[in-house]
Amino acid sequence: MIWGVDVASMLLGGVAAGMVLFIVSVGLSVTMGLMGFVNLAHGGFAMLGGYAIVQAMKHWGLGFVPALVFGFVVTALVSVVLERLLYSRLYRANELDQVLLTIGLVFVMIASVTLLLGPENQPIRLPAALQGQIDLGIVRYRTYSVVLIAAGLLIAAALWLVFERTQIGAQIRAAVDNRRMAESLGINIDRLFTITFAAGSGLAALGGGLGAEFLGLDPQYPLKYLVYFLIVVAVGGLGRVTGVFWAALLIGVLDFVLKKYLPQGGTAFIYAFTILLLLWRPQGLFGGAAR
Amino acid sequence: MLNRIIAIATVLAATTTWAHAQEVKVGVNLPYTGIGAEFAQLVDRGMDLYLKLNADKVKPYKITLVKRDVKDPGGANAKIAVQELLTQENVDILAGWIYSPNAIASAPIVTAGKKLAVIMNAGTAHITTMSPYYVRTSFSMWHAGYAMGEAAAKQLNAKTAVVGYTDFPPGKDSLAAFKRSFEAGGGKVVDEIPMGGAGAVPDFTPFFQRAKDRKPDVFFVFVPAGDHAAAVVKTYAALGMREAGIKLIGPGDITQDTKLQAMGPAAVGLITMHHYHADLDNPENKRFVEAWKKEYGATSTPDFMAVGGYDGMAAIVHVVQTLKGKIDADKALEALKGWKFNSPRGPIMIDPVTRDIVMNEYLSEAVMKDGRVFQKTIGKIDAVKDACKEQKIGPCAPK
Amino acid sequence: MISPPPSGPLDRPAAHALAGRHWLRAWEPIPWILALGLFVLFPKHLAFGTELLVTILFALSLDLVLGYAGIVTLGHAAFFGAGAYTVGILAKRGLWTEPITGLILAAAVAAAVGLGSGVVLLRTRGLTLLMLTLCTMALLEEAANLAHDYTGGFDGLDSLPIAPLLGRFEFNPLYPTTQYLYVLAVLFVCFLFVRTLVYSPFGQSLTGIRENILRMRAVGAPVRQRLVLCYTLSAAIAGVAGGIWAQANAYVNLGTLALDRAATVLIILVLGGFGRLYGAFIGAVAYMALSHFLSKVYPTGWQLGLGLLLVVIALFANNGILGLVETCSRALRRRGAGAPAPGASAGQ
Repeated sequence: MIWGVDVASMLLGGVAAGMVLFIVSVGLSVTMGLMGFVNLAHGGFAMLGGYAIVQAMKHWGLGFVPALVFGFVVTALVSVVLERLLYSRLYRANELDQVLLTIGLVFVMIASVTLLLGPENQPIRLPAALQGQIDLGIVRYRTYSVVLIAAGLLIAAALWLVFERTQIGAQIRAAVDNRRMAESLGINIDRLFTITFAAGSGLAALGGGLGAEFLGLDPQYPLKYLVYFLIVVAVGGLGRVTGVFWAALLIGVLDFVLKKYLPQGGTAFIYAFTILLLLWRPQGLFGGAAR
Repeated sequence: MLNRIIAIATVLAATTTWAHAQEVKVGVNLPYTGIGAEFAQLVDRGMDLYLKLNADKVKPYKITLVKRDVKDPGGANAKIAVQELLTQENVDILAGWIYSPNAIASAPIVTAGKKLAVIMNAGTAHITTMSPYYVRTSFSMWHAGYAMGEAAAKQLNAKTAVVGYTDFPPGKDSLAAFKRSFEAGGGKVVDEIPMGGAGAVPDFTPFFQRAKDRKPDVFFVFVPAGDHAAAVVKTYAALGMREAGIKLIGPGDITQDTKLQAMGPAAVGLITMHHYHADLDNPENKRFVEAWKKEYGATSTPDFMAVGGYDGMAAIVHVVQTLKGKIDADKALEALKGWKFNSPRGPIMIDPVTRDIVMNEYLSEAVMKDGRVFQKTIGKIDAVKDACKEQKIGPCAPK
Repeated sequence: MISPPPSGPLDRPAAHALAGRHWLRAWEPIPWILALGLFVLFPKHLAFGTELLVTILFALSLDLVLGYAGIVTLGHAAFFGAGAYTVGILAKRGLWTEPITGLILAAAVAAAVGLGSGVVLLRTRGLTLLMLTLCTMALLEEAANLAHDYTGGFDGLDSLPIAPLLGRFEFNPLYPTTQYLYVLAVLFVCFLFVRTLVYSPFGQSLTGIRENILRMRAVGAPVRQRLVLCYTLSAAIAGVAGGIWAQANAYVNLGTLALDRAATVLIILVLGGFGRLYGAFIGAVAYMALSHFLSKVYPTGWQLGLGLLLVVIALFANNGILGLVETCSRALRRRGAGAPAPGASAGQ
């Protein structure tokens, strides 16, 4: 059943790519939806996290999963510091000033990493168990892609639990939908934002580390993939985890299929698709009413 | 008394002119920041290492490198950098150029500036025809691509091939070169797959899946050196293409020495054609690699870009010595036409007609040896010229 | 009950300020004097100077849509590239090499692209509009790459044959004196146009749309029409900037359509201060002088200095460098005058 194998391998490849996009972009979507803050340095946190993970594995011999946890924690802490020192001053400011701040921050991140660790790409050595191929019955496929899909689903499930079943999740959802109302109900928005920002950046770090096998890891990372993250956020709808999830999967699979059957001008189709979708539904697939 | 003053004045005048003749300014343009920073560092180190190892060959002259960052392959910054090197810094010789678009954009200024310009990386074939002052010590895409096509047909006995290439001019050059010689040798290219742009590294899985479905004897891949190459090798292994009987071949860009060890066992079995890799077995290369590791770290390694810088500096020093420090561009060109040198890549020569490099091409297979990935030389073609200009194909034809 | 109106319409300071907005201020000739000064005093820096002037023109076009109409776009390089490629393709194929008329053609093509995209995209706002402009530009870039037979693809179109200016002044790649004066003249003309536009009733309605779009709709202003017209005019000027860049460099490639260019010009404008006409000048000078001269001293680390500057300006200045200057001068004036004056400085 060659046709089935073909479809299966395409879905697997596309979904795996989509999962990486999801894990990195979900933090961006929630922070933008929650605070209306345009954080173009989000890719920078993914890069910093990825670097922390790779360095931990290389120099301290940490295993893959402990390194991921390390990367999450370190990046979350760094983001809290930056948020309190820099970001919080510009919450009420013009969004263009926010763009200026975050772009400046990205430049500083890129330059610092280049000066400290050099401009080369940082290769990641996956544990042997995650390399090679795995037999899934219908098809033999790259083990790591399957791992990514599993990781993405796990994170999506965890996020769903947090948003739907915990108080803080409810508070975040409320604040995304109507910040003033949430404030008047006594929810401490500033503290909420710091927590969300930290978690979002930590997730970006996870995405950077998990995706390093496919997307690579070098000082230019934040700017190279920024467009993809923004597309996923815009298509999914600000502040909606389900939106980011489905948008990431959609973009991942679409990209994969187009590259296989129409390698000429593959990226052009993603842009065309995004344009058409945003014209049809400006608030994104799952977004609330247009602000 | 007057005689003594005149004598002193004459000596002073003579020493100052002698001091001027001693210093030669070389204007270097490289992308020290941005996506090309890593390549700039390799060429830069290659140049510096030559000057360090061959200080006695430089005497009694002093070569000063004036370095300018071109930041990106966009052309505009390269033009400004070259223009300022010529008019503000008054350099005697120009050098550098990682990206072909920058070399192409700089050509009119180089011609107007009338200074020798040594290209140390940019590989699009017809660049050397764009200015009479361009001399190239790196390579043309056709050197490796054409030779690989011949080797694939003859030595590897391949009948069918799929070509995957990054969709920008060096990739198209590679495709054209390989296809021409492979089909001349009796093979057939059954599919040509453009694999995304030269910027962000795409996920190669869909492209490779398509190639695998075609079941060719060989899969010729060209991607820019760096992250693309690492991703290519990983995808090849992850899709089990070697087990399916498809050999992965390509120019040495895909087994760039600086990335090779990180690829690990996945790289074993790759067959590449290139003019240089760090495992080449000749005395100059042994000396070169040893000096490199001593200077830049035991885990560091030179690669083909580094040797482009190294040989480029050798060419410059040769010019300086031949012209005794007074650099006139036309005389410099004469000095380089037909110049021979024992480079770490083997014997090289600058073609007197095309001003491009003539050098050996080595067919290598990646194997595991002593716990690291080693490139074993399994074939060699001597004195390869750039076939594009040799056969006057397309834009390489004389204008 | 109704008190008599005050004597004379210009007696109130606010009214006076509003009526006199478009008058020429004493310091306005300064940028032009400085530009001519660069030409005379630093003839070796004219290549950098030409690039700087083209960037100012481009940033000026962005200010029209961003600063005055409030349209945040990351895709303005689409128009720059459209103008550049118009000039490039016509010149390379020998169809049209005259520079001045070439600019008019470039402006026309860019305006067409602006009109077409504006009509479709300007229904949306915020992040959606931002992404739409970005994707449109990226799509154009991909199209240019695919049509490499016409556009030269990644390598671009080189050695464009541009006819001498006014039949006499040649463009010399090594000594760009003609290029510099040519770009300066075009920048001056375009600046006059933008300045007049901004202080005209049309320009004022744009400011109204930016400040309070609902109210403008409520008073019956044709909001969509105005926005699309503004967008088209801005696209035309961006096209002129692109066209003149291609002529001055005798070269065009995909970088003219790249996100890098669009993002840089946005940063430059915000750095200088948007909605203030001269923000484009200040921002371009600050950004490019830093990136050009700092990179000579620290070829590997200048990005750090630039990033820090952006962060500092974002944190402490309210609307870029010009905003900072204005805040400082206002504070100085207040200190000098003692008590704050009533109804002081009306908004610009």
